[in-house]
Amino acid sequence: MELLAQQLITGIATGGIYACMALAVVMIYQAIHHLNFAQGEMAMFSTFIAWQMLAWGVPYWLVIPLTVVVSFAGGVAIERLVIRPLGDAPVLSHIVVFIGLFAIINSLAGFIWDFTIKPFPSPFGEGSQFGGLISNHQIGMIAVTMTVLVMLFLFFQYTRVGLAMRAAAENPASARLVGIRVGWMIALGWGMAAAIGAVAGILIAPIVFLEPNMMLSILLYGFAGAVLGGLTSPTGAVFGGFMVGIIENLAGTYIPEIGGELKLPIALFLIVTVLVFKPTGLFGRTVVQRV
Amino acid sequence: MSANTTTTADGQAPAKQGVSLPQPAAATSNAKIMRTAGVILLAIGIAAPFLSGNFLIFQLTMMMIYAIAILGLNILTGINGQFSLGHGAFYAVGAYTAAIMMDQFGIGYLWTLPVAGIICFVVGFLFGLPALRLEGVYLALATFALAVVTPQLFKLSPFEHWTSGVMGIVISKPDAPFGLPLNPDQWLYFLTFAIGLLAYVCARNLVGSRTGRALMAIRDNPIAAGSMGVNTPLFKSLAFGVSALYTGVAGALGAIVVQYISPDSFTFTLSVALVVGLVVGGVGWLPGALFGGAFIMFVPNIAEELSKGLSGAVYGLIMILMMYAIPTGLGGLLKAALTALSKRSMNR
Repeated sequence: MELLAQQLITGIATGGIYACMALAVVMIYQAIHHLNFAQGEMAMFSTFIAWQMLAWGVPYWLVIPLTVVVSFAGGVAIERLVIRPLGDAPVLSHIVVFIGLFAIINSLAGFIWDFTIKPFPSPFGEGSQFGGLISNHQIGMIAVTMTVLVMLFLFFQYTRVGLAMRAAAENPASARLVGIRVGWMIALGWGMAAAIGAVAGILIAPIVFLEPNMMLSILLYGFAGAVLGGLTSPTGAVFGGFMVGIIENLAGTYIPEIGGELKLPIALFLIVTVLVFKPTGLFGRTVVQRV
Repeated sequence: MSANTTTTADGQAPAKQGVSLPQPAAATSNAKIMRTAGVILLAIGIAAPFLSGNFLIFQLTMMMIYAIAILGLNILTGINGQFSLGHGAFYAVGAYTAAIMMDQFGIGYLWTLPVAGIICFVVGFLFGLPALRLEGVYLALATFALAVVTPQLFKLSPFEHWTSGVMGIVISKPDAPFGLPLNPDQWLYFLTFAIGLLAYVCARNLVGSRTGRALMAIRDNPIAAGSMGVNTPLFKSLAFGVSALYTGVAGALGAIVVQYISPDSFTFTLSVALVVGLVVGGVGWLPGALFGGAFIMFVPNIAEELSKGLSGAVYGLIMILMMYAIPTGLGGLLKAALTALSKRSMNR
């Protein structure tokens, strides 16, 4: 029973990270209808920026907001400089550009901070609560992801800009007609996705350790979460992310054949199964196409 | 592989725009240019291994192997319109089939190629069945997951007896048969060259056949194709199977040429490289595979020479700039150039 509870909590904690990544993926997907394969690398780079600031002796409570702001600016810059000039290029060209971005960011991080694995301190310190049931870092992870998600929900539901962003994603032509600057809304979406990714990166780095390739598997779990919840639904993506975290941990613990080494194929299995049986995900809406 | 004749896409151009009269003449002149280019390429291909050192021969062989794999991907993506970011998985299956047959059973390397092809055809056909329900980004996503997971699948303990796990399998290099005066590198080059040529001719004939037309009809409008009597699910799965067959044969050849495989030879970088090669060469243009293969074989080396530490960044930058400059790949560029050329010769 205690093992179950422990695994559930671990699942929820890592699930929060996947939820953040899934949300970042869905935000960009809604804005430009392409999957950002470089999302994980963007988050990894942000985490390195945070690590660098910590190494310079900047206090932790200042590092997180600074990293988020820098990442936001970076996300907007990537949209403006790289993605926007592509316009309506075919899907494959977009994929190649994302692959190019992936290579550039990965190689830059390796060049600046080299490819050795670095420990990353937890902002919440060591130690655990409730007799070792849950570590301080896990409590922090759950709290921070929850806060981020609630804030995003409030932003999209109750602010003017949030409404404009939703309108721009839903129907760009009509949104433009009522005076929304759709182009900047897309850039804003990229910035926010980068910022969410930065938070996810900082939270997961103490667990997986910091290195340029750390986010590839996390991104895959994020994709799995996004697909499970539905690529068209931010709420679904968040739910899907948590589900993937829980499924990953429980399957790894209770199915002996799976163990640690098979955890990643679970993501593949989940993605294919969900897509085959419910292609729109649990919360996505069906897109009706006119012939 | 070498562009020794007109491509189907070019051959069909007059049929599509048969309104203007001088078009067929222009098409013949285009065909002539293409045929000349093909013959020159063929000659260079035969002469190359006698003029270059062993390492360059190895690189050229790998380039052709990648080209065969990209050709397979082109049949799936360019001709049938299905995306795959996970073709490295089929390449890996082909490579492991060859390596296990040679290492465990001592079977001759030539026999491993058809077996790898058949196994990959079956695996690809089976993967194509669930893929039937997926379109566009969703298929890209599922195959991306396949690409990321592939090395882990080959590390699994149940298969360790066959795959030697993380250790990998070492293969010895075959010598030239019948006492041919070639060193092993040259022999493998010509073997790959012949298989590549065969693969290209087969692909071209497939695309020109009834089946090829069905595949293209599905790409252009699946619903219309279905109502014309094309068995859409069967042909889509078949396209996956054939595509995997090509990639699997390439994988088997790759294993023989490199002489070593391990799960980490087939990371998602390989799958991604194949897609990059496809797009750079030109989606739907079969000879483009050769250029795509050259791109993914040589451009990373060029990038490394430009900057050692930042080679990945330089490579990524070249990729992005290529997409801005020629979004339809080299094939699209060539087609546009030929059209412009024939227009000018007509006006004269």
